Amino acid sequence: MHRLGLSPRTIVTGQPTGAEEILVHGIAAVCDPLGGLYLPETQTLVVSDLHLEKGAAFARRGMMLPPYDTIATLNILNAVIARYEPKLVVSLGDNFHDRSGSEHLPADLRKMITDMARGRDWIWINGNHDPDGTTDLPGISSDELLYGGLVFRHEPRLISAKGEIAGHLHPAATVRRREKSVRRPCFASDGHRLLMPAFGVLTGGLDLRHRAMQGLFKQETLVAHLLGRDRIYSVRYGSLMG
Amino acid sequence: MSVDLVETNPSGNQAATLPTPFLKWFGEKGWQPRAHQLELLARAQGGENMLLIAPTGAGKTLAGFLPALTDLVTRGKIPPGSAFTGIHTLYISPLKALTVDIERNLMKPVTEMGLAVTVENRTGDTPQSKRQRQKLTPPDILLTTPEQVALLLANKEAGRFFKDLKYVVLDELHSLVTSKRGHLLSLGLARLRKHAPKMQTIGLSATVADPMDLQRWLVPQGENPAPPAGLVHVTGGAAPDITILGTETRIPWSGHVSTYAIPEVYEEIRRHTTTLIFVNTRFQAELLFQSLWTINEDNLPIALHHGSLDAGQRRKVEAAMADNRLRAVVATSTLDMGLDWGDIDLVVHVGAPKGASRLAQRIGRANHRMDEPSKAILVPANRFEVMECQAALDANYLGAQDTPPVGEGALDVLAQHVLGMACAEPFDPVELYDEITSALPYAGLSWETFERIVDFVATGGYALRSYERYAKIRKQEDGRWRVSNPQIAQQYRMNLGTIVEAAELNVRLVKRNAKGTLGRGGMSLGKVEEYFLEQLVQGDTFLFAGKVLRFEGIRENECLVSNAHSLDPKVPAYAGGKFPLTTYLADQVRAMLAEPERRANLPDQVRDWLNIQLERSMLPKQDELLIETFPRGKRFFMIAYCFEGRLAHQTLGMLLTRRLERLGARPLGFVATDYSLAIWGLNDLGAMIADGSLSLSDLFDEDMLGDDLEAWLDESYMLKRTFRNCAVISGLIERRHPGKEKTGRQVTVSTDLIYDVLRSHEPDHVLLEATRRDAASGLLDIGRLGDMLSRIKGHITHRDLDRVSPLAVPIMLEIGKEQVPGEAQDAVLQEAADELIAEAGLSTVSVGDRPSP
Repeated sequence: MHRLGLSPRTIVTGQPTGAEEILVHGIAAVCDPLGGLYLPETQTLVVSDLHLEKGAAFARRGMMLPPYDTIATLNILNAVIARYEPKLVVSLGDNFHDRSGSEHLPADLRKMITDMARGRDWIWINGNHDPDGTTDLPGISSDELLYGGLVFRHEPRLISAKGEIAGHLHPAATVRRREKSVRRPCFASDGHRLLMPAFGVLTGGLDLRHRAMQGLFKQETLVAHLLGRDRIYSVRYGSLMG
Repeated sequence: MSVDLVETNPSGNQAATLPTPFLKWFGEKGWQPRAHQLELLARAQGGENMLLIAPTGAGKTLAGFLPALTDLVTRGKIPPGSAFTGIHTLYISPLKALTVDIERNLMKPVTEMGLAVTVENRTGDTPQSKRQRQKLTPPDILLTTPEQVALLLANKEAGRFFKDLKYVVLDELHSLVTSKRGHLLSLGLARLRKHAPKMQTIGLSATVADPMDLQRWLVPQGENPAPPAGLVHVTGGAAPDITILGTETRIPWSGHVSTYAIPEVYEEIRRHTTTLIFVNTRFQAELLFQSLWTINEDNLPIALHHGSLDAGQRRKVEAAMADNRLRAVVATSTLDMGLDWGDIDLVVHVGAPKGASRLAQRIGRANHRMDEPSKAILVPANRFEVMECQAALDANYLGAQDTPPVGEGALDVLAQHVLGMACAEPFDPVELYDEITSALPYAGLSWETFERIVDFVATGGYALRSYERYAKIRKQEDGRWRVSNPQIAQQYRMNLGTIVEAAELNVRLVKRNAKGTLGRGGMSLGKVEEYFLEQLVQGDTFLFAGKVLRFEGIRENECLVSNAHSLDPKVPAYAGGKFPLTTYLADQVRAMLAEPERRANLPDQVRDWLNIQLERSMLPKQDELLIETFPRGKRFFMIAYCFEGRLAHQTLGMLLTRRLERLGARPLGFVATDYSLAIWGLNDLGAMIADGSLSLSDLFDEDMLGDDLEAWLDESYMLKRTFRNCAVISGLIERRHPGKEKTGRQVTVSTDLIYDVLRSHEPDHVLLEATRRDAASGLLDIGRLGDMLSRIKGHITHRDLDRVSPLAVPIMLEIGKEQVPGEAQDAVLQEAADELIAEAGLSTVSVGDRPSP
């Protein structure tokens, strides 16, 4: 029920058209339909749950998933970086699907990341899938980052939520009109904190109404910003389908 | 016995040898072995592989076992202390329940004759300890399923276990061969022949369209195919007494549930001892069961039986049925096959049977004795179904058959088998290829495709060869392939099988406590498909397990429901037929429309309807495609009367709307039934055809199966569903992983996402090819659509009408009931978002208009 396939994103290059600007803890943040969050004041781009090398992680266990997920995810990341040209990129944890992911990363893909990181800072926040940081990649690893009035960490905390940008839960939401329903990954924010959609192409979604999400948000002001093909669709929590 | 048997192959000079215990046993019973039993025995003893086609009640099972039993009696008991003896006979049936049933039926003569023969069954339910013991001391006769055969063959000890195998008895062969289980079994047979080159096959089947298909299936193919299995064909028996329910009530125009006929059906139940009521879908079963109980004033014991119900509940119904404690059972195809259920004296078939052979099978459930006619009543749900029932009824008298042919073997099944063979022992690719192509479904497999499958099993078969170091099977120096480590074999065993269940959730009945919160525990009612639950919101009511239930929500992997205290389920269950109309019945219905004399037997209401159609529009000739166009409301409609079944029509609808879109006809939607296809749009299609801007022959040209099909397939959710099955069966995705239970999120990965990634990066991957092949014959029915498009070339007749025609009424009523699986997802999002903005005055939280943090 909570692991439905989510529609693939189309890479639209050039200026962001259907992005949505919101406030998180009083700080302006742009939700981009490709799945990244841009913070104009600090020129920071946040992405979360890339789950790079997920195919390879499964292959190590005998399930030979297509080895193309990493390149597909990096292509989208490349597009969103080109769109905002950020000074800093924060990858919010579960950057790789397993601990040995970054170590076994094929050279051409490693080069792609190196090229993307050139001329900007890069911070890898550690996630539960990759708690040990990354191997041989540009940037630094950290469990947490406090910057520009916001706190960045992988797993959201129940307390001290104000100004927290987190990932981990892969929020997704469903809207239904007439007999049709559409389910998409989403940014979720109540104005105090924000939960990032999972960025990797092989990542599923967890419904915003799932009990794992309970207690995180003030429901009255919670809005889901769903990723559409080329714009964000913002729907109030009470209008979503469970 | 005074059975009028017609033998196609009267036993000539071959005399069967029945050992003394058998002659004595038949004598004590006052029976005589039937001619076909003796013929089968004689020819099997003469070394032939055999196929027995006989109606139910002809003593098929005993016939199938006689060669094995007589041989075992001649052999005698194996003295203790002898060398290991493998199994003598393998009996394979598609149903677990059938193996249990057969064990009981077979043990009776074995015990009564005092034969020193051991008989055991082995299914997924057999305890591990018993399975282990069976490997050490095998019984003489093992009763089992295709999956268990595959498991046994993937074992290192397989050679030893099967070395003494003399007979393989395959029950319900007609139903097995057309499925993926049949493909797996055909590969298993090829391997069994390698272990026991002299083993013989004995197939048991109901009547089929083409017996030669099965006769060849039973023997090795390849460069020097063996002679086809010998055929013993028993026809005759008493002709069934089938009628179409006469009703005073108006027969509905559309729908599938026949509620109009409930009182009449109830009346028939009262008049008979035990009635078996067949329906096509689980939802029809639910609705009918509930309707019967609302008028069940006599409190007759009427039960419900379908595949989604809890196994425990089903067993209870089955037991009550066997003891003749029930007056009626409403059932789906779960009861189709040869189980023995007490004394049924009437079969009611609600809804059209969709296939003549299926009807014959189901009717055979009544009166399990060949010399008495089975009695059956057909209850059509709408007027088209009246014609369909009449056609099926004619067919049953004519003995016409429309079972599907044995298809090409599926590639995902092949991948599973290749891994299994590597688990058994290292394989030489050339030897394995020869073995595989000796199975009929794989006789046409190319070496190149075989190599791609081996590569797929090893490392996923990707052009980007990045998984070599994780390979599941590896080539040794001697050229043989072996599994990389023992864990691979364990994974294979856990994931074997070709039946992929739709994602289902357990339905649990809970109570609301005083505080209004939901309780825990409560009775498990069965399983419901996830896609159905996705449509529900809390408070929706729906029918399940004969109850009206209120949807409360999902907790973990369970769907929680409470009693609804209402009689009206709010959410209409999906009512489309599970089986599409067979080509044969479709032909017959078309003939009925074309030839006035064929309509003579139809009820007055239906004939009148067709006569008005003749006045207002026309009835198409047998090979003609009638297209009607007319306006209604603010829309323009086009109806195509193709009669090719719902699946082919859905595909056609998808493709035609794409084309109409391109031609500027602004189509809005379509709906498909078994009989016709309706497309509607904003532009006047009739006028476009009249002024030549729309050409029907171009629109219906076969070239739509080229680029348009490719383009649509890429987006189709149906293809994703097919891909999921292929991914699971081929072993790309595991159902179960050692030591890992699939709970919680992210443990597994969505096959839809894998599909998207694979399609955009390696569109000609072997698994995508397997998916397309599957879809073409399965969910999309492209083969049938292609046949139709070529048939109607130059035979399209268009009628532009000023209003809806009588023949169009049924499908017009379907519009709105059934949703068209649409592609316009973003449009829905847009609408939802906009509507909400308007309604709630909130939520596009744009700059300058945002909630305060």
